[in-house]
Amino acid sequence: MSIWEYANPKKFMETSGWLLPWATILSAAALVVGLVWGFFFTPDDYKQGSTVKIIYIHVPAAMMAINIWVMMLAASLIWLIRRHHVSALAAKAAAPIGVTMTLIALFTGAIWGQPMWGTWWAWDPRLTSFLILFLFYLGYIALWEAIDNPDTAADLTGVLCLVGSVFAVLSRYAVNFWNQGLHQGASLSLDKEENVSDVYYFPLLLCIAGFIGLFLTLVLLRTRTEIRARRLKALEARERMA
Amino acid sequence: MMPDLGKYETTVLSAYGVTILLLVALVGLSLWRARKVRRALAAQEERMARNG
Repeated sequence: MSIWEYANPKKFMETSGWLLPWATILSAAALVVGLVWGFFFTPDDYKQGSTVKIIYIHVPAAMMAINIWVMMLAASLIWLIRRHHVSALAAKAAAPIGVTMTLIALFTGAIWGQPMWGTWWAWDPRLTSFLILFLFYLGYIALWEAIDNPDTAADLTGVLCLVGSVFAVLSRYAVNFWNQGLHQGASLSLDKEENVSDVYYFPLLLCIAGFIGLFLTLVLLRTRTEIRARRLKALEARERMA
Repeated sequence: MMPDLGKYETTVLSAYGVTILLLVALVGLSLWRARKVRRALAAQEERMARNG
């Protein structure tokens, strides 16, 4: 069986209809257990006090903000190269989830930054590249809405996605590129010395799994909606022609 | 039951509050649009089947 079978809307609807309830249950469970564990059952940090609990929403949301753009890039490339409509619709469906994750990362970062850095905002490399990524998300959504022809919209948003990928990568590696600014390095690292303490690490992993599950659930649901909306448009057009 | 968040209580609770609000809005809007489009498509298919 080839992966390209799922590019067939009928096959995608069948498979996603079966997957959706499982994705919903698993992501809700991971999210609830992770957040309850992190919020209620982890100690305060010796330096940051109870603000360390913001890590359970800020880090997963920031990770998702970047990785959703990467997923949109992959889906856009599939559309541009192979012209599979489901992939273009999946990229369109993912964008509002990505913009919400970026907004959560920006808001929680500002709220966390105020007591720790003494400011809500700084033109730091990571913060600035994240703000630009947020603007790219808005532009991407606006471009889809602005163009009537869905194939033209998919083409142009695909190109915009390629350009915006520079900022998705910058958001991830800005701290390493420019060793300056307020934002610290990655919270999760393969290097045990640099990683957060185990007491925060395991609930954080669960929250990340919950955010990934939430994204999968919503992207399946929203892609199904986009496929239906496209079919509805086609049927209305056919009725008008008759 | 509520952990003692000390002097950062407002900070932590507002971060969680904003996140929950945004996630609930995202899920709510996604479900609302899914339902709306599904109903509209079913009505359109039924109308076309009836009219041949």
